[in-house]
Amino acid sequence: MSQLLEVDGLNKSFEITSGLFRRPLELKSLQDISFSVGDGETLGIVGESGSGKSTLGRCILQLLRPDTGRVLWLGQDLVGMPAEQLRRHRREMQIIFQDPLASLNPRMTVGDIIADPLRTLMPELGRAERRERVVRTMEAVGLLPEMLNRYPHEFSGGQAQRIGIARALITEPRLIVCDEPVSALDVSIQAQILNLLLSLRRRMGLTLIFISHNLSVVRQIADRILVLYLGRVVEMGPAERLYARPLHPYTRALLSAIPIADPRRARQRAIVELRGEIPSPLNPPSGCAFRTRCPQARDICAAQRPPMERLPTGESVACHRWRELVEG
Amino acid sequence: MSVLLLDDLTVRFALHQAEVTAVSSLSLALEEGETLAVVGESGSGKTQAFLAIMGLLAKNGSASGRALLGGTDLLALGSRDLDAYRGRDIAMIFQDPMTTLNPTLRIRTQLAEVLVRHRDMDLAAANRAVIEMLERVGIPEAARRAEAYPHALSGGMRQRAMIAMALLCRPKVLIADEPTTALDVTVQAQVLDLFRTLTRELGTALVLITHDLGVVAGIADRVMVMYAGRAVEQGPVDDIFYDPRHPYTLGLLTSTPDPDRRRDQLLAISGTPPSLEHLPPGCAFHPRCLYRFEPCAAERPPLTPVSIDHAKACFLSETLARPGRAVA
Repeated sequence: MSQLLEVDGLNKSFEITSGLFRRPLELKSLQDISFSVGDGETLGIVGESGSGKSTLGRCILQLLRPDTGRVLWLGQDLVGMPAEQLRRHRREMQIIFQDPLASLNPRMTVGDIIADPLRTLMPELGRAERRERVVRTMEAVGLLPEMLNRYPHEFSGGQAQRIGIARALITEPRLIVCDEPVSALDVSIQAQILNLLLSLRRRMGLTLIFISHNLSVVRQIADRILVLYLGRVVEMGPAERLYARPLHPYTRALLSAIPIADPRRARQRAIVELRGEIPSPLNPPSGCAFRTRCPQARDICAAQRPPMERLPTGESVACHRWRELVEG
Repeated sequence: MSVLLLDDLTVRFALHQAEVTAVSSLSLALEEGETLAVVGESGSGKTQAFLAIMGLLAKNGSASGRALLGGTDLLALGSRDLDAYRGRDIAMIFQDPMTTLNPTLRIRTQLAEVLVRHRDMDLAAANRAVIEMLERVGIPEAARRAEAYPHALSGGMRQRAMIAMALLCRPKVLIADEPTTALDVTVQAQVLDLFRTLTRELGTALVLITHDLGVVAGIADRVMVMYAGRAVEQGPVDDIFYDPRHPYTLGLLTSTPDPDRRRDQLLAISGTPPSLEHLPPGCAFHPRCLYRFEPCAAERPPLTPVSIDHAKACFLSETLARPGRAVA
């Protein structure tokens, strides 16, 4: 599989004002993130609050500018690329947001919303061509073309998300970043939208970056998973292996805590209890960021940050003790 | 013995031009110490039914029927008289702890007030009982944290403080509306575990209102499934998950992704839930139902027993073949 996207050593911080005359605090949202995504692949990015997963999605698309690091799209670095040149790549990469209604302009008709990216990204298209493309895309996502002149408030959450997906597809992108695309939806609708994404991916050969806190949902769609904790990658590997044999203690705890809709399996399951909650990203623990909650933490974990170990299989894990824990 | 009996509970809201029925003829018996999960999607009426018995409906809402707590009909009481029961014999908590906790009072102050008021304790005894309960719900350094204001606690700690507040008077019934939905998955596991321990130790019956079947499977003894304001199925947790008799229940189960397996397609429910203003005739679920036949559009199926403690509101008489799995 050729690499469509490569992220290399990406860092992103935010300044947080803590009062009028105080020095702003530095929130390190993402630290030293590296990974790649192959053409046609779906990468799942999972993590809890404060893990930086949404920031990462936005940094990839240059909706936020990373502080340092590179984001290579087909070998070309998007970071620091002049706006004009970047725009030419934008049609190839799109995003779908969590809250479908909030991400649609209430004063625009559905047709105009879906066509909107074409105005700036593909101005060469004529009116008729544009309209034809909108209708075709609406059909592809399960919207009726006669809805073209309606407004967002007339739609349910599930339909609104279909509009969001149509808007992302209109430029025929190769990559779509899906940021919690089904989290705001009811279960029955969530399944419809997941099925739609699965079928669009198959039909159009899309590459997806699927960001979610819901590991059951990610399981259904991702080929490979990247696990974030407080802005750092703790583990990355193929979904099958990661769900069956997690290497990092955090991944193991996270997987054991997913509620399973099966009472017998739920009763048999041993949950790895984590102490406390996720520390504030403003003041992360020394050494391994996870050590304050890790049942396996030792002195070394507070003293040194575990290096990212890259295994010959292409997987990676950042834990001082993963080998002995997996083997023991 | 039943601690709470709902009999023909109906909740209506007056809109400017119409009236909608959010809950229709709901009846149920909650047994001492049991955990009942009330499951449904947005608009199913699951929250409104319990806001009604707590006297917390919005101004344009009204409830009819009976809600017997011990021998007292809560629906017949005025707000003043209800206060004698609310917080003492029956308590309700919500997804967002800040809807329950007063942001301007120290945790200790507002929790102690509950005991002073309902239990006639003097302040010193109340303070001691508060610290003890905070310890019991797993708040570390409880004596110190009790002096904090709610905003100074983390999300999970606030949730625990709210649970402590609700349980201070050892109510017979605790109603929890999506209590873990806003929490990270590792913290959710801690809070669910806390519910399990506390209901067992204190003998409190728990009504858990949720949309998440994973949460239900791990904690409920019995389940009631609601759709468009009505109970469509109720029964012991294993019956609901392994022998669902209402197609909507089955649809919810097959729509829920399983973290242990990957499917090519989830078996979603087609369509969207109906608007309460325009409910379909007959069974409200029939337009989305794969199993519908002639009577479904003409007549509303009553809740009928399948076995001694399992009931469904569906005309189908057979067991439902769970797709992809043999039926015993």
